[in-house]
Amino acid sequence: MTMHRRDFLKLAALGGGAVFASSLPGCATLGAGGGDDFYFVQLSDTHWGFNGPVVNPDARGTLPKAIAEVNALAVQPDFIVFTGDLTHTTDDPAERRKRMREFKEVAASLKNRNVHFLAGEHDAALDRGEAFRENFGETRYTFDHKGVHFIALDNVSDPGARLGDEQLAWLAADLAKQPKDARIVVLTHRPLFDLAPAWDWATRDGDKAVEMLMPYQNVVVFYGHIHQENHHMTGHIAHHSAKSLIFPLPAPMSQPKRDPVKWDPEHPYRGLGFREIEAEAPSKYEIKELEVKA
Amino acid sequence: MDARRRHVLAGAVALAVAAAGVRAAAEPRVIKVVARKFVFLPREIALKKGEPVTIELTAPEVVMGFNAPDFKVRTDIIPGTPARVTFTPDKAGTFTFLCDVFCGDGHEGMSGTLVVT
Repeated sequence: MTMHRRDFLKLAALGGGAVFASSLPGCATLGAGGGDDFYFVQLSDTHWGFNGPVVNPDARGTLPKAIAEVNALAVQPDFIVFTGDLTHTTDDPAERRKRMREFKEVAASLKNRNVHFLAGEHDAALDRGEAFRENFGETRYTFDHKGVHFIALDNVSDPGARLGDEQLAWLAADLAKQPKDARIVVLTHRPLFDLAPAWDWATRDGDKAVEMLMPYQNVVVFYGHIHQENHHMTGHIAHHSAKSLIFPLPAPMSQPKRDPVKWDPEHPYRGLGFREIEAEAPSKYEIKELEVKA
Repeated sequence: MDARRRHVLAGAVALAVAAAGVRAAAEPRVIKVVARKFVFLPREIALKKGEPVTIELTAPEVVMGFNAPDFKVRTDIIPGTPARVTFTPDKAGTFTFLCDVFCGDGHEGMSGTLVVT
């Protein structure tokens, strides 16, 4: 028997849900292991080390608040993914590493230790991912979870925002091993499509990756970079961007410049948040956006 | 100088002037732009619709990019080597150009405007 997390939460709200769930023979274990359905949490664009009180006077407090909210979730996610710009950029390699160390210390307070990190251009573009790899491992990788194939793509280590021919060949080789009906989730930092090239919201050769993914029936992309929720389709492939945990940015091309949205003391943390993503077989993804609470 | 020789010379001069005129019409106007951390100088570039233009870019500090997506022109700008893009604006209006090579804290604000009349 498969139990969805939302069913569990309904039962939990009635009391005794955890006992009910675990006492049923064959019932999916909630959390790690078990059936095909699961959920994970996406956090993005934390920009640790950013200093700009006009847009976020609580730059060092916002990520810890979000982590406290994740830790307080009634059912812990199977895993957590950070989709890039973990740190804010700096020209100083020593300062870059210090920010990454501090970020890791903060992220270590997550109750769930199954965490996947992606780089953003702020982390990786000035040294082609060197400091990121020292601290977090490879900038591109795959993993499988309960029947879903996850592909983390690096479109930021090249300061010109290219995936590059070598990575595209790597992607092609990985996809060749997947059946056409495989459940595939692509994680990346920048949009793979031309969301707003005049604001640098694009990947220069992202269309090649999308073209490679097109023959696969069940593909979805989760990314960051644009500091707001956005949903876009390229053919049958959905692309969902996540909110930031440092400052929101304006809607694509809604104003002449992409200046950060100023902090509103009347509505602190407005526009900042993270999301839960519930993956249901065969290829349904339910997204729930959560705000950072003041 | 006899009349015949004067006539030939006048024809040659006329041809040379005409050739220069053709060359002037064919050669794009060159506008020099410097890409510094984190600003283009000048930030605003005035262009004429239908007039070919070459934008010559230099970056004295680090590698930069120039991208004007509305006219589908872009180039990397490598320090020490001027980069050029040549195009003919085919529409009037105000269009953004930007640095599309991540160059540090301030990169996101590094953009300018093409004003085409």
